[in-house]
Amino acid sequence: MAKQRVIPGFGLSLGITITWLSLIILIPLAALFIKAAGLGPDDWKKILTSPQVLAAAKLTFGASAAAAAVSVVIGLLTAWVLVRYDFPGRKILDAMVDLPFALPTAVAGITLTSIYAPNGWIGQYLEAWGIKVAYTPTGVWVALTFIGFPFVVRTVQPVMEDLALELEEAAASLGANRWTTFRRVIFPMLVPALITGFTLAFARAIGEYGSVIFISGNLPMKTEILPRLIVSQLEQYKYEAAAVIASGMLIVSFALLFLINLLQRRLNWQAR
Amino acid sequence: MSVSIQSIHKTFGNYTALDDVSLEVPNGSLTALLGPSGSGKTTLLRIVAGLEYADPGSGRVLFHGEDVTEVPAGKRGVGFVFQHYALFKHMTVADNIAFGLTVLPAASRPQKKEIDDRVKELLRLVKLEGLDKRRPHELSGGQRQRVALARALAIRPKVLLLDEPFGALDAQVRKDLRRWLRQFHDEIGLTTLFVTHDQEEALELADSVVVMRNARIEQTGPPQGIYDEPRTSFVYEFLGEVNKLDDGRYVRPHEIELLFAAEEGVHLAGRVSHLFVAGPVARLSVMPETGSRREIEVWATRDQVDEMALSVGDIVGLRFPELKASQRPRKTPEKDDPNDHSI
Repeated sequence: MAKQRVIPGFGLSLGITITWLSLIILIPLAALFIKAAGLGPDDWKKILTSPQVLAAAKLTFGASAAAAAVSVVIGLLTAWVLVRYDFPGRKILDAMVDLPFALPTAVAGITLTSIYAPNGWIGQYLEAWGIKVAYTPTGVWVALTFIGFPFVVRTVQPVMEDLALELEEAAASLGANRWTTFRRVIFPMLVPALITGFTLAFARAIGEYGSVIFISGNLPMKTEILPRLIVSQLEQYKYEAAAVIASGMLIVSFALLFLINLLQRRLNWQAR
Repeated sequence: MSVSIQSIHKTFGNYTALDDVSLEVPNGSLTALLGPSGSGKTTLLRIVAGLEYADPGSGRVLFHGEDVTEVPAGKRGVGFVFQHYALFKHMTVADNIAFGLTVLPAASRPQKKEIDDRVKELLRLVKLEGLDKRRPHELSGGQRQRVALARALAIRPKVLLLDEPFGALDAQVRKDLRRWLRQFHDEIGLTTLFVTHDQEEALELADSVVVMRNARIEQTGPPQGIYDEPRTSFVYEFLGEVNKLDDGRYVRPHEIELLFAAEEGVHLAGRVSHLFVAGPVARLSVMPETGSRREIEVWATRDQVDEMALSVGDIVGLRFPELKASQRPRKTPEKDDPNDHSI
């Protein structure tokens, strides 16, 4: 017995959704797994535990997590500045946040590389301090931070805009100082949005290719990320191996994102 | 703790919110700030709370003789209750109430046990025992407002300030909570100031009513006094329905006696143009037979209307009460709005 709703069309809309998801996501993924299934469990194990794959996985997931974490901090600060203060150029700054979304990632990668290379604008000073960015894992992290932080800004910003000023006034009149008000009243209300931002930045970073391959230098065992490793397998016509690595990467990513979602559900007291 | 407000000015840009406002709130009183929106009542309350500061050099706010004009909100010892509760929705009811105690500096913060006891005591006081583990979104509007009140009281404020405390509640809850607040105030005797735009609420609840208009105080006094003897035409009109007679007198609808046109003592005869019976009260609009085009509102009992067998179109006689001084209030000047920049 279907309940009457104001807007009908459940069947139709679900049908379109499933068809679309199948065409765009499910069928390609299934094809990937079918290709990977061409190899037996022993081959899977051998490929996925090879030192090169493990090193690349460690770098990809590690640098992505680190980049997403830093994006959360910088993104929170940026959103705060954009929401809380009015200053000349605020609108321009606001628009600039979206640039990493629009910029071709290869352009970002080449630009970052030339700036952070040992003889680049910033790289030369860092070099003097003994810090190497380009062609090191740090460089990977820099590129991933660049593409990740807009996700945090754009998820936190609207939540922050909706925070009632009254909450801060209530805290202030109850004797809380500014830091306490931020720590105990404002920040907890932003946590769900920050986790969403982290998840988006993290997911994006895991799959990122274009901006990283230039700045990392792609040294196997050192600065090679999983997507690059997959491409290099393809270039050697090892299609099954590439599919196995991609499948493994997908499974791990899915498990991680699922865990984050669970955590968020748990924290989601915001139901009204 | 008495509150003394001395010639406060407050401007936002070129908008004047308060224009030389002075007010004495005696210790232990329940005072209503009553006025239409934009009259400055909320700004005045927020200045007393320290959430807003008066224009520099303009005036002072004293708590029991002590100048608190420059003291920030958190150090004034005021409890502030917001119209929309402003509860911390990520915290339980108990944590909300305890907030003001848990943010105290470590040296003066009570032990956890003491805080828990205080929270329990407050929950009992606002009649919300057993709801300590709930979150604000699980409570009704009236319950939320009482949590907000308990939270404000937790810090043992010297003054309690309420900004339209019943504004977001529906009619029945509003009435109940209003009575409860009056009782509550009588029990704990805390100096209380509340803002409202509802004259009935102000008249029913307060010991003293401050009527505000256009950034100034129009009249201050006990509810009955203000209702019976409004000093200005604005107060007359704001505190309830009133007829403005052709001779400039103000007469409330219930003060007019309804008679047959031919009866002795009739001041004015007119035709009933509307007749509306609401429960025991009958409201009539009477169009005078003399040249005046100004309808007169009359409230009578339903019994009387039934007895006289009145219906729309009938001619009735009206008898006005004897002239009192207050029936000719000082006309509220048209040009006293500080924000009216036209000449």
